[in-house]
Amino acid sequence: MKPAPFAYARPTDLASAVEALAGNADAKVLAGGQSLVPLLSMRLAAPAMLVDINRLPDLDHVTSDASGVRVGALARHAAVLADDEARRIQPLLALALANVAHATIRNRGTTVGSLVHADAAAEMPVVLCLLGGSVDVVGPRGRRTVAAADLFLGPLESSLAHDEIAVEAFFPALAAHTGVAFREVARRHGDYALCGVAGLVRLEGPRIAEARAGYLSVSDVPTVIDLTPALSSSESLSDEALAAAGELALAALDPQGDIHGTAAYRAQLVRALTARTLRAAYDDAGRRREQP
Amino acid sequence: MTEELHEVHLVVNGVPHDVAVPARRLLSDALRHDLGLTGTHVGCEHGVCGSCTVLLDGAPVRSCLLFAVTASGSAVTTVEGLTDADGSLGPVQQAFKDCHGLQCGFCTPGFLTTITAGLRDNPCPTHDEAREMIAGNLCRCTGYQNIVSAVERAAELIAGTGESV
Ligand SMILES: Cc1cc2nc3c(=O)[nH]c(=O)nc-3n(C[C@H](O)[C@H](O)[C@H](O)COP(=O)(O)OP(=O)(O)OC[C@H]3O[C@@H](n4cnc5c(N)ncnc54)[C@H](O)[C@@H]3O)c2cc1C
Ligand code: FES
Ligand code: FES
Repeated sequence: MKPAPFAYARPTDLASAVEALAGNADAKVLAGGQSLVPLLSMRLAAPAMLVDINRLPDLDHVTSDASGVRVGALARHAAVLADDEARRIQPLLALALANVAHATIRNRGTTVGSLVHADAAAEMPVVLCLLGGSVDVVGPRGRRTVAAADLFLGPLESSLAHDEIAVEAFFPALAAHTGVAFREVARRHGDYALCGVAGLVRLEGPRIAEARAGYLSVSDVPTVIDLTPALSSSESLSDEALAAAGELALAALDPQGDIHGTAAYRAQLVRALTARTLRAAYDDAGRRREQP
Repeated sequence: MTEELHEVHLVVNGVPHDVAVPARRLLSDALRHDLGLTGTHVGCEHGVCGSCTVLLDGAPVRSCLLFAVTASGSAVTTVEGLTDADGSLGPVQQAFKDCHGLQCGFCTPGFLTTITAGLRDNPCPTHDEAREMIAGNLCRCTGYQNIVSAVERAAELIAGTGESV
């Protein structure tokens, strides 16, 4: 269980890092290593070169303003989770991050790295998709912004070119009259979830104007589903409306069975967690309306 | 093929070390093989069990998921660094002894480092917080009850409120 040999570069400026990546077609970025190092040790990956970005300057920021939260490529999950401003501007970040692995893993793993890693069982890609966020990447052809909807191509596959480095993620702020919630079921707290749901509900007066949910571990890529049609006719959330939302979600998902749970069990988790998450997001929106 | 070696500077338990290692040398292996500090144990070698946990500049990390070369320049605390200056057991170690918090002891170094940092950040955890503190570490022997007791006991010892046994 040891990684195969690789060439190693530890650039101290972004331009050199991009150059190193562009100069070797089999080079990979090393950030927190919490996903990459296990893959190397199990020899599921054996890149010829690693470009360690941990010494790049000015990338460990978590900055918030009225528009949203910007997370630099070297901000560890733990730093994002502990940031009070980020929690205030977009509460869904901390709600979801508390479910990402254990504290020890969060001390090292980066939030941007988990986005680029594009695991459909990971929390942050779903959060980015639900909020309509984006990732800024820098490559030999300059800097570009990739919308969440264009970032996730397949299991563990992002749309970054091999010589591009993600430098910052943007999570939009919580909009007015909106509430959010996150629920997941894992075999142990901190493990990858059997199913997880991030929910968002926006109210117009007493009416539900918008209800959407993002799903992890029940499809190949993080999947966001508009559940407004199931809920918009009801003024308060009825159990029937929540059940209809669960069925609407299931129709767009493809829960698979594996060693940890059958497909039928995962489908049941979709139903139950859809209802719980929407109820919690709805209550959250109501609470925020009362105490602006 | 001879692998390129990289100079790595680590301050481990207050003692500076310079070693030359290949880039693929895991910090866990650098500690055990290159520095001879075998207190850090390696169980799963892919981040799941927690037995290799050390403190990197004070924060608990999996030493099996970190290359030594990446950690160069950092201060590392291993289980060997948790004893008091006179060589007697530190408070978390003493608590494990008092509470019978270990059986085979394989997982123990990772628990001790994790709890040391955990009690520094949260000196009087509730019972649930004590459980959460160790949730990322696996033990195949004890059933965890005595480890949770040891967390609470260590908090008392650190606060100076524990009765000596
Ligand atoms: C025991 C354990 C449990 C875990 N549980 C969970 C969990 O429940 N939920 C969860 O979401 N995650 C979990 N993780 C993974 C963790 O969140 C990782 O930190 C995260 O997935 C990757 O971040 P990293 O910084 O460690 O990236 P790395 O491991 O360094 O890199 C991962 C991949 O992304 C690429 N990459 C990283 N950063 C960049 C960048 N800036 N630009 C371009 N490419 C980049 C790398 O080349 C690599 O392919 C767990 C990990 C472990 C070991
Ligand atoms: S040996 Fe590092 S976590 Fe198991
Ligand atoms: S005491 Fe044996 S594994 Fe924990």
